[in-house]
Amino acid sequence: MVVLDAVLEIQARQANDLAVRWNCKAGKCGSCSAEINGSPRLMCMTRLSSLPLQDPITVEPMRAFPAIKDLVTDVSWNFRAKQTISPFKPRPPDAPDGTWRMTQSDADRVQEFRKCIECFLCQDVCHVLREHRLHEQFIGPRLLVYAAALEMHPLDTEDRVPALRAAGGIGYCNITKCCTKVCPEGITITDNAIIPLKERVVDRFYDPLGRLRRFFGRWAG
Amino acid sequence: MTYQTHEHDVLVIGAGGAGLRAAIEASAAGVSVGLICKSLLGKAHTVMAEGGIAAALANVDERDSWKIHFADTMRGGQYVNNWRMAELHAKEAPDRVRELEAWGAVFDRTPDGRILQRNFGGHKYPRLAHVGDRTGLELIRTLQDHGIHRGIDVHMECTIVALLKDGARVVGAFGYERERGRFKLFRARAVVLATGGIGRAYRISSNSWESTGDGHALAYHAGAELMDMEFVQFHPTGMVWPPGVQGILVTEGVRGEGGVLVNSAGRRFMFDDIPELYRTQTADNEEEGWRYTQGDRSARRPPELLTRDHVARCIVREIKEGRGSPHGGVFLDISGIGKRMANAAEHIKRKLPSMYHQFKELADIDITREPMEVGPTTHYVMGGVRVDAETQMSSVLGLFAAGECAAGINGANRLGGNSLSDLLVLGKRAGEFAAGFVRNERHHPGPIDAGQVEAAARRTLEPFERDRSEGEGPYRIQHDLQEMMQDLVGIVRTERELLRAVGSIEQLSARARRVKASGHREYNPGWHAALDLSNLLTVSEAITRSALERKESRGAHFRGDYPSKDAQFGRINIIVRKDKDGSMQVSRQPIPEMPAELKQIIQENE
Repeated sequence: MVVLDAVLEIQARQANDLAVRWNCKAGKCGSCSAEINGSPRLMCMTRLSSLPLQDPITVEPMRAFPAIKDLVTDVSWNFRAKQTISPFKPRPPDAPDGTWRMTQSDADRVQEFRKCIECFLCQDVCHVLREHRLHEQFIGPRLLVYAAALEMHPLDTEDRVPALRAAGGIGYCNITKCCTKVCPEGITITDNAIIPLKERVVDRFYDPLGRLRRFFGRWAG
Repeated sequence: MTYQTHEHDVLVIGAGGAGLRAAIEASAAGVSVGLICKSLLGKAHTVMAEGGIAAALANVDERDSWKIHFADTMRGGQYVNNWRMAELHAKEAPDRVRELEAWGAVFDRTPDGRILQRNFGGHKYPRLAHVGDRTGLELIRTLQDHGIHRGIDVHMECTIVALLKDGARVVGAFGYERERGRFKLFRARAVVLATGGIGRAYRISSNSWESTGDGHALAYHAGAELMDMEFVQFHPTGMVWPPGVQGILVTEGVRGEGGVLVNSAGRRFMFDDIPELYRTQTADNEEEGWRYTQGDRSARRPPELLTRDHVARCIVREIKEGRGSPHGGVFLDISGIGKRMANAAEHIKRKLPSMYHQFKELADIDITREPMEVGPTTHYVMGGVRVDAETQMSSVLGLFAAGECAAGINGANRLGGNSLSDLLVLGKRAGEFAAGFVRNERHHPGPIDAGQVEAAARRTLEPFERDRSEGEGPYRIQHDLQEMMQDLVGIVRTERELLRAVGSIEQLSARARRVKASGHREYNPGWHAALDLSNLLTVSEAITRSALERKESRGAHFRGDYPSKDAQFGRINIIVRKDKDGSMQVSRQPIPEMPAELKQIIQENE
């Protein structure tokens, strides 16, 4: 039995109006996020037998988002923030039939990020959002993973680096790796997504030689 | 009574693959689009699809073509499919897959960098474009991330309780949003239903709580016809243990990668019963079956990859005859490929990552080392709203349907992988023709009938108003309905049991009319479950009455009292509609004659 089973059992027998989000019950939809004994987890993937059962188990809503009722929080900010990130823009097709070619090793890199089930547990645990409530200045780990999936997409041509620095607030992340620890899909959020994006921002905006090169390039061109 | 009003040219109800694809297409045609999600955007049941999208891209085997995909689909559906839909589907699926790539999907690749395709049950050639075993997630996320930049108005956590009509045509829908429980009225010039399946009518199901046949019931009560409702697909391999996860899907991809079904005596029982229709295409020894899964083009497919209806019945037979696994299933073993290939454990983890994860986390089983226990689970309904093959419009003017809630393409049994391609191809067409309907119509829809709105609102609030002592909560009734459908209208059906089911549905309907909800309207799942009951009962009755009418066994519909196929039933579809007196009418509709060129394709591929 998993924690979600226990919650649904209570809902069916004792509290019909107990509010909880869930859909797939198999760790694929990312709906049933909560804080179980204080740690951000999916309720459907947390077995009761993995918890100390001599004490009561606490199940609480995610704290980085406004509460709606019981275990349900208002996660709509994530959807709004996602919309501010420039969409996928592919290069012209590689073949006359309008298709592209890419190697599996190139696909692998972004497939890791595309595993994300949007459970928002990484957003929940990120102290920039959770403690400092900087939702308007920082898009959070989930959306940095999303941006990384686009930026490192083998076919994409869009440039999101200036936006990641400005509106995305990537500088707020100080690489504590809390997000990576809670990801139920095991995505290496910090090392594989955020740090490479930070490097792109640094190369572009803070590398003095690069700035000089660009300055003279513009001047010469 | 107060409500918020929204106005859209096209209102799409349901935001899984079909709904999203329809919304994108309608919006691309320049009309305003509203999209209703029962849950949050991107959480729909499409995320659960594992195996892949069937499309004759011929990237892995150049012998594949739309014709063979068409023939495979018709054979799988036992020839009661709508042949025109099957034709359109087979022809257009490759473009729909390539389009996903243009929108950012990242499929697994062939060595020369094209979209990789895998083998699947009932498909002659490797045909399923896929991303490991999480293809559905890739599909829905691609559509979602593309769709959010198209100006579509998304209404999340919103449930529609009635369609609104002006005479013969649909003019909108009425519902409520979950967060505050407030009513919403949607004025629309065309409505696309894309609400998915009915799996929650059964106790053991791979479907989420959302699959309560909403679109089926909305269409039925609005006067549309339902078709093929007797055909409910029981996927052969769902988890059976531990109890909390019973029914959760184990992808067919496990068998596509060389996994085998074994009974308690260690026998690969699928070799024991190979249907005539598939005998020439099926391997007759283990060695050949293995070679097929490893891409040997001269080999025929192993019997584990026969159609889902057949595999499910063979599993039921093994269990009933006492050769099942400890928890009432059979064994599905992929770990055995270790005897045939090096690095098998790594291979399994790479090809079936979410299966590995699912069993490890939920059942404490390492599938690279030990067998899984599996049994049939309610997975998909082939039946649904009867729609026109070209336009996806139902018999109600302005009401369209696509995806699982529409009928036709799959006939008596759906092939794995054809669902994702169906929802792309026919979802797109539904959006396109709904937009076309709006742009070409000469008359604007009339005013919304306040009486219809008030009746819907009253019905929706009734569960709160019932005296606490009078009724019962929704979960008990839902549970009893699921048990009853599982027992009496399951994989093997008989007239006696189906008639008992009809009686039970009447009793359960009487209980549902007294169902009560406690608490207030804000985010109240109990209230929601009380409202779902009516839809579940409507579809359960449609399934049961259609199953009674089809006195033969075909595809997913197996009658213990009529165990063989009957040619006269091969020429008809069963139709259900609501009579003027409110009762459910069942009739038989002849299938139109197939054009000669399609007949020839089928003959050539027999």
